[in-house]
Amino acid sequence: MEPNIAVESRKDLTAKTYRKRRERKLFWTGMLYLSPALFFLVVFLFYPMFKTLYFSFFQTAGAGIVQGFVGFDHYTRLFQSELFLGSLKSTFLFVLYTVPTGIVIALALAVIASEKLRGIGFFRIVFSSSLGISVAAGATIWLFFFHPTLGVLNNILGLLGIGSIKWLTSSSWALVSVAITTIWMNIGFNFIILLGGIQNISEELYESAKMDGAGYWRQLFSITLPLLSPTLFFVSVVTLINSFQTFGQIDILTGGGPSNSTNLIVYSIYREAFYNGRFGYASAQAIVLFLIILVFTIVQFKVGEKRVHYQ
Amino acid sequence: MIKKIIIYILLTLSAFLLFAPILYAISASMMTPQEIFSGALIPSSPSLEAYSQAVNRVPILQFLFNSFVVSFIVMLGQLVVCSLAAYAFVFIPFKGRNFLFFVFLSTMLIPWEATVIPNYLTILNLGWMNTYQGLTLPFFALAFGVFLLRQHFLTIPRDIFESAQMDGCSRFRFYWSFVLPLSKSTLSALGIYGFLTTWNMYLWPLLVTSNNDVRTVQIGLKMMIAQESSTNWNMVMAAVVLILLPTLLLLFFGLKYIRKGLLAGALKG
Repeated sequence: MEPNIAVESRKDLTAKTYRKRRERKLFWTGMLYLSPALFFLVVFLFYPMFKTLYFSFFQTAGAGIVQGFVGFDHYTRLFQSELFLGSLKSTFLFVLYTVPTGIVIALALAVIASEKLRGIGFFRIVFSSSLGISVAAGATIWLFFFHPTLGVLNNILGLLGIGSIKWLTSSSWALVSVAITTIWMNIGFNFIILLGGIQNISEELYESAKMDGAGYWRQLFSITLPLLSPTLFFVSVVTLINSFQTFGQIDILTGGGPSNSTNLIVYSIYREAFYNGRFGYASAQAIVLFLIILVFTIVQFKVGEKRVHYQ
Repeated sequence: MIKKIIIYILLTLSAFLLFAPILYAISASMMTPQEIFSGALIPSSPSLEAYSQAVNRVPILQFLFNSFVVSFIVMLGQLVVCSLAAYAFVFIPFKGRNFLFFVFLSTMLIPWEATVIPNYLTILNLGWMNTYQGLTLPFFALAFGVFLLRQHFLTIPRDIFESAQMDGCSRFRFYWSFVLPLSKSTLSALGIYGFLTTWNMYLWPLLVTSNNDVRTVQIGLKMMIAQESSTNWNMVMAAVVLILLPTLLLLFFGLKYIRKGLLAGALKG
């Protein structure tokens, strides 16, 4: 009996070392294929994220030379600064203006463009087109539209006998004007995703609803919208995050003004860091931005899990 | 029938409203400065004068070239880096890969703007201001791209992989001659997506370029507005149209792929 056991265990042993060696080899092969991605993520994402956090606790001189530890000073100053609180308020208002409106418009377009009609492909392309419009070009067109004397918008208002509006130069309108521009630029993306969601709904559901005598609106509200909720959810998460990150249209349309009414958070970070050279203070703002987006994403997923109707 | 007509009317109306800004930009680019000042909607005698002005007075062709180079490099870089990573996540069963994939996905939570200050300093310290590598390298690893390709690679039947292994096909050859060709449409989707988003990038090129040799169209346009918008709106609009053309064309011809890519993110995610 004994020799047999010895043979068995030796076999076991070699199988084990073989498996271990194989596992190690697999691990390094995997790492080899992952190494470019890991390298770029570490250098341009993890390290800078850590560094931003680090900067936010320090006083810095120009070009990021660290001078002295200040603890939470930047943060306490941020939340006492009227400028930053105003910037946060504008950012939240901007999100409120752009996200729901953008989704509702795109949803309406997706619903009418989901009909199987002749030439529908043309309309789908037009509705998607804003995806191919870069932020600078789009904002420039609207800059011209908002022009106080040459702009089309004020000309139309003039024709209707309404006085002109100071689209970009009054602090009560500027944020709205930037929001209009942003909604227009976001329609393409939202439309493509929502149309895809609608087309994914099985045709049979509509057939049987028709047999039960359900009309157009009934089908829309009891089939399309409930089954579209995961897609609506996805679109709302993505546009919410995007609108917290708005920058280009601000830079072109208003430069944060008038009287800081459009100084959204990313613009504020940009100005503090690259105009005023306060890297530490700007980094604290960047951390606040990160936390806001993190919290919103987590909340949306928690709420989404419960509410969203998955097929 | 009535429903059809109503829908056509709605479609036409919304298409017109949505596209009106673009149409007006085209129209204004063909006007004379006088017509712009009088608030005309359509040029009385369309001319391409503003285009030749835009091309001659501002290095707009150089900006377009720079944007092409930058977008193309980022696109290629993302395709290579993301497909290799996605391949490892699907076809190499190494220990800890679920954890690493989770780490990759979680990077989508980091807004890029939160890292922009240290990234700027990195590029500054490397002496890469005003270089193509400074404009492109920070964007090579894209978690969304890895995710998108992984989802597609998972649909490749396992028995192809197993029989290729039996035939002694190396891992890299399997990646190169089976996985990549079988994923052409997803790769195109990611490629077009990467190209468009890079073309549209604004904050980063604003920070790391200060001369016309590498400046991209977005920043070129910003400069042009600062210089010309008080007098030459027709020229600015001509520049806008020139900048819009490449991406709009790419969108029209690649819409099928873009939709596929975006939807894969939306519906499976």
